[in-house]
Amino acid sequence: MFRNQYDTDVTTWSPAGRLFQVEYAMEAVKQGSAAIGLRSKTHIVLGCVNKANSELSSHQKKIFKVDDHIGVAIAGLTADGRVLSRYMRNECINYSFTYESPLPVGRLVVQLADKAQVCTQRSWKRPYGVGLLVAGLDESGAHLYYNCPSGNYFEYQAFAIGSRSQAAKTYLERRFESFTDASRDDLVKDALMAIRETLQGETLKSSVCTIAVVGVGEPFHILDQATVQQMIDAFEIVGEQEGPAAAAGQEASAEPEAEQGGAAAGEGVAPMDI
Amino acid sequence: MPKQQANWSPYDNNGGSCVAVAGADYCVIAADTRMSTGYIILTRDYSKICKLADKCVMASSGFQADVKALQKHLAARHLIYQHQHSKQMSCPAMAQLLSNTLYYKRFFPYYSFNVLGGLDNEGKGCVFTYDAVGSYEKVGYSSQGSGSTLIMPFLDNQLKSPSPLLLPVQDAVTPLAEAEAVDLVKTVFASASERDIYTGDKLEIVVINADGIRREYMDLRKD
Repeated sequence: MFRNQYDTDVTTWSPAGRLFQVEYAMEAVKQGSAAIGLRSKTHIVLGCVNKANSELSSHQKKIFKVDDHIGVAIAGLTADGRVLSRYMRNECINYSFTYESPLPVGRLVVQLADKAQVCTQRSWKRPYGVGLLVAGLDESGAHLYYNCPSGNYFEYQAFAIGSRSQAAKTYLERRFESFTDASRDDLVKDALMAIRETLQGETLKSSVCTIAVVGVGEPFHILDQATVQQMIDAFEIVGEQEGPAAAAGQEASAEPEAEQGGAAAGEGVAPMDI
Repeated sequence: MPKQQANWSPYDNNGGSCVAVAGADYCVIAADTRMSTGYIILTRDYSKICKLADKCVMASSGFQADVKALQKHLAARHLIYQHQHSKQMSCPAMAQLLSNTLYYKRFFPYYSFNVLGGLDNEGKGCVFTYDAVGSYEKVGYSSQGSGSTLIMPFLDNQLKSPSPLLLPVQDAVTPLAEAEAVDLVKTVFASASERDIYTGDKLEIVVINADGIRREYMDLRKD
């Protein structure tokens, strides 16, 4: 994607029928650190990589509780994500207040998508630079949605966004058929494995990732570090730096697939690096 | 045609009484479960007590539609607080929020007479008592509602520190144990039900202490 004369405003079409500013906003999502989500019939697990700006700083919060039955993981401009989380929380509270019942997830993601679309059709606005993985439970079951800056949304069995997410997606594509009937613990294990894929050889520790779960009889909550570390140890999924052939093979194939995420990292990470 | 006066009121009084007593490490909040309008009983089984936070419970008598709206409003504000602060609201914080919420409608008030009870940040029992527009005070015990005129003098007799000016010199009131406080509350409601027609049916008692919240019921006169 190169600079051209049609990419100054979000309200300018290109002759090929593209809105470049919206596409550039989607690039911002790819710059953020990875977030993944996967669901079974009764549970949804969200996970994200905790990447701090420097050794001196703490990492930014990327997983937010929206309501007892909905949570969201973000990748991209965390500030935009925080603002949208606040919007989602308000919508849930207002709906509960009026109807004394939880806001169905499908309704929330549509409202979110419509809000994002507005920013793609106003010359004085810019699109939100954040992708949201919305995990929620309602009467119709467990759902995982992905909301784009473009205003589109899709439902997924499992998905990954952010930098090096392709590695996680490959893992999820291999394993997703087993997710529907998986137990809650197996789902968390798969989430940790998927996160490990994005770490590319770095050791998987509970300080490097955050996991959150929502399910039937289990309100949305973020697992504490001790529990996560226990699960990592129990499943013995510490990244193998000594490199048995399998791990080395994975790393080699992950590199070329790391697309523009890798290329951008080479240029110097974007200021909003999350 | 002579000048006509408005004869529709947006308010109604559903009667009932509420009491709260604070102890060193517990708090007892109680209310009867009778809901009435005029001389009619609407139901014998309506709870006037609402849990606002982990360690904070509110009992309200007056116009129950306004009470319900007030409870929903506070619950929503508590959710927002939890999202922003990642913790529950303390009882003193909720007390201030309730006061502000009531005064916000100073010129069309919630017809709700509230008594807030719980544990403060140090685990000591606290009771806050309100009027309809949010004037509040931290006290050791309080009662509100139709039976409060009967109940309050009795609580003063049992719980209020005697004046140092009185002769013979009396000891300050000994701190009440939790079981004694619950017993006192039961006695108080049994007496109020005798004379106040709007108080009766059943008594709901909520006790908050370090172990959590527990609920108890006692039958009262049904006439």
